[in-house]
Amino acid sequence: MAKRYAQGPWWRLREPGIHGRQAAAGWLFLAPVIVILGLFLVLPIAAAAWVSFSDWNGNGSPLGAHAHWVGLANYRHLLTTPGLDQNNFGEALRNNLYYVLLVVPIQTAVSLFLAVLVNRRLKFVGFFRTAFYFPSVTSSVAITVLFLFLFNPSGVINKLLSYLGATGPSWLYDPRGLFHVILDQFGVHQSSSLSNGFFLGVSYWDWLAGPSIAMCVFIVMAVFTTSGTFMLLFLAGLQNIDESLNEAAALDGATEWRKFRYITVPMIRPTLFTVVTLGLIGTWQVFDQIYVGTKGSPLNTTLTPAFLSFSASFNSNEWGVGAAIAFILFAIIVFFTVATRLLTRNPDRVPRRRRFGPTQRIGNQDASRVASAAPGSAP
Amino acid sequence: MHLHRIARWQAAFAVVAISALALTAGVALGSRGSEKATTITALIGSSGPAETYAVRNAAKAWTKRTGIQANVIVASDLGQQLAQGFASGNPPDIFYLGNDQVATYAKAGDLAPLDNLKNVKSFYPSLRAAYTYQGHLYAAPKDFSTLALVVNTASWKGAHLTSKDYPKTWKQLAAVAKKLTRNGQVGLCTNPEFHRLGVFMLQAGGWLVSKDGRTATVNSKANLTAFNFVKSMINAGSMKLTNQIGAGWGGEGFGKKECAMTIEGNWIAGAMTHDYPTVPYKAVELPAGPAGKGTLQYDGGWGLAAASKNKADAMALITYLTQTKVEMGNAKAFGVMPSVKADAKEWKKLYPQFAAFLAGADYSRSIPTVPDIATVLGDFNQQLQGLPQSSPKPILSRVNGELQSILK
Repeated sequence: MAKRYAQGPWWRLREPGIHGRQAAAGWLFLAPVIVILGLFLVLPIAAAAWVSFSDWNGNGSPLGAHAHWVGLANYRHLLTTPGLDQNNFGEALRNNLYYVLLVVPIQTAVSLFLAVLVNRRLKFVGFFRTAFYFPSVTSSVAITVLFLFLFNPSGVINKLLSYLGATGPSWLYDPRGLFHVILDQFGVHQSSSLSNGFFLGVSYWDWLAGPSIAMCVFIVMAVFTTSGTFMLLFLAGLQNIDESLNEAAALDGATEWRKFRYITVPMIRPTLFTVVTLGLIGTWQVFDQIYVGTKGSPLNTTLTPAFLSFSASFNSNEWGVGAAIAFILFAIIVFFTVATRLLTRNPDRVPRRRRFGPTQRIGNQDASRVASAAPGSAP
Repeated sequence: MHLHRIARWQAAFAVVAISALALTAGVALGSRGSEKATTITALIGSSGPAETYAVRNAAKAWTKRTGIQANVIVASDLGQQLAQGFASGNPPDIFYLGNDQVATYAKAGDLAPLDNLKNVKSFYPSLRAAYTYQGHLYAAPKDFSTLALVVNTASWKGAHLTSKDYPKTWKQLAAVAKKLTRNGQVGLCTNPEFHRLGVFMLQAGGWLVSKDGRTATVNSKANLTAFNFVKSMINAGSMKLTNQIGAGWGGEGFGKKECAMTIEGNWIAGAMTHDYPTVPYKAVELPAGPAGKGTLQYDGGWGLAAASKNKADAMALITYLTQTKVEMGNAKAFGVMPSVKADAKEWKKLYPQFAAFLAGADYSRSIPTVPDIATVLGDFNQQLQGLPQSSPKPILSRVNGELQSILK
C-alpha cells in the first residue's frame, strides 16, 4: 500500500505488472487537451507577458527581431510616470472600481432574491424562471444597443420620467459623478484641498466622484443581464438544501426571515463564493458594452482597464503598455478573488480534529460522546 | 481480451486525432506567404455599399488591364485589422490610411514609402504634406474633405434671414445663431470634438503646434480666444454640443431639426439623402475669425505595407486608383472630393451646392503628422465633452502638456 508507485521521475509514474502501460496511455489521452491548452492558453499568456516587458510596436512577430526587452518600463510608464497614459489608466481604474463595488453586491442580492422567489411551488414557475434567465442568453451587444435607445436623452426612460413630472439626465452623455451630484445637493462643491492631491494622475476629488451617470446605465445593464445566470446557480444551491432542515426550523417556531438567515444563507455559502467570484472577474473585465456603447465617453468616465488595454494596443500602437494593463488587471482580479475567499470562509466551522477525535481541550464526558458518535472511531 | 481491444481502439483513435491536430497547427503556422504573390489585397474602411461597389469595380477594371488579381476586402474595424496584419507579418498590400495614423504606423516601420509613385505630382501639395513623415511620403492621397457651415434653409427663412445673412464673421455667426434659436431649435450644434471646434482655433490664428512642429501651442492665447467664443455661444444658449442634445454627431442633430446650423464635412450629404431627405439645407463657407478664414481638412489615402510581397504591382494599383478618371468616378458614386488637383473644376460642376467644401481647400489644415497624435486628440475630445460645465483654460493646458510629451 505504501509503495504504490515505482520510483522514478514524475512523467514515468507507473504501476508494476499488467497495468504497466496505463501511464503512457494516460499521457496519450491527455495529449490533445495539453496541446490545445498549450497552444491557445499558455502560449498566448506567455507571449503577452513578454510583450508587457518589451518595446514591441506591432510590426512583425513580437518574438522576432523587432521587440526588445525593456524591463519594467511599461509598468513604470503606467504607474509612476505622469502623463496621458497614466491619467487614462487612473480614470479607468476608478471607473471600474465603482462599477465593481456597485454591480457585484446588487447582482448577488438580486439573483439570490429571484432564486428564492422561483424556488417555490408556484403556478407558472417555469415561465418566471425562463423570463428571469432570458437576458442572460441574449447577446450583450444586442442588449447594449437596446439600452442605448432606452437611455437616449429623448428616449423611453426620460419620457416615462417626464410623465412623472421629473426631468431625466442625459444619461450616457452625462459625465457627472453620482457622489458629486449627491454632494452637490448638500451644498458641497469641489474642495481645493482634495483637487490638488493626485493619485495615478487623478485628483482625490475625482477619485471620490463615484460612477458617472453614464456608468450607472452600464451598472443597471450589468445587473439586468447577469442576474439570471447567477439566479440559476443559486437555484441549484437552494434545491440542494434538505427540506427537513426548514421543517425542523419551522417546528421550532422560526420565522421566514430567520430560516433564510440561519439555514439558507449558511447552506449556500459555497454558491455565494462562486457567484461573488464570477461576478468580480466578469465586472473587472467589462469590455464589450463599452466598446459597443460609449468607447470610454463621456469625459473618460466609462473607460475601463480592459477597453483601455485594447485601445492602447490597437489604436495607439503601444502594445507593451496594453499588455501591461492586462497584467495589472490580472493582479487586481487575483487580489479580489483571494479576498473574497477569505471573507466567505465559514467563520464558525468546527475544525475537523475537534469533531471527530477526542482532544485534550474537550472535557472527558464530551469527548467520549463525540467519539462514540463519530463513525470513523468505531472499532 | 475484449477490454484490451477497446483500449487499443481508443489509443489508435487518439493517435489519429493528435496527428490531425498537429497537422492543422503546422499548416496554420507554416502557411505564411506562399500563394499570395500573384494577388494584391486591398483593405478598405468603406462608408457604405456605394463606396464598396465603386472600389471593387475599379479594382476589377485594373485586373482586366493587367491580368493581376486584386482582392478588395471591407474592414469592419480598419485599425484593428491592420494591426493584426502588421503583427502577423502578412498585412494587406494596400489599405485606407487616415493622416492621423500615418506617423504612428510609419514610425513602427509598417509602411513602405511612396516617394516614387508615378503620379505623385498630381496631388494637392497640402495633401502630400499631410502624408509626409520625416521627409517621405507614406500614402497616396485619394480624397479629402473639409468642414463647412451647413444651414437648414427652411429655418433660415423662418427666422427672416436671407442669403445675404450668411455669416462672414464671428459676430455675425453669433447673431444668426441667436435668431435661429427658436421653436425648440438651437441655432448651432456640433460635436464636442477638436475635429469640429478646431476650426475656431484656426480662425483665431491658433493651432496645435508651432510652425516648426516642435512645440505644442494648444494653450496659446489665440486658442483661448477661440474656445472662449465657443463657450460664450453655449452660455448664450444659441449653441449646443451634440452630447447636450443627445445626438451622435452634428449631422444627426441637424437632420432631426434639433439645430438649424452645424459644422460638418461633405460626408453629411449621404446622411441627408438617406436619413433626412425632407430637410432642405445648404453648405456655406465658415465665417472668418480675428485671424481670417480657417477650416480643418480630413484626408483619405492609400498606404502600402512594408511587408507586402509584391510592392511593384501594389504601387501600380495605387497609381491606377488615384488617377483622374477613377477619382471622378468615386466622386460621382459617393461624393468625396478628389485628391487630384485637375479634378477640381469638374467636381464643382458636378456638385455646385458643395462649392463651399472645395473652397475650404485653399485655407484648410490637416492634423500634424506626429506619432500617437490620435491618442492625444482623443483625450482632447473627451475633455471638450465637459466644456459646457467647465472652462476652456484647464482643458487647453492639459492637452498642451500631453501633446508636448509626444513631440519630444
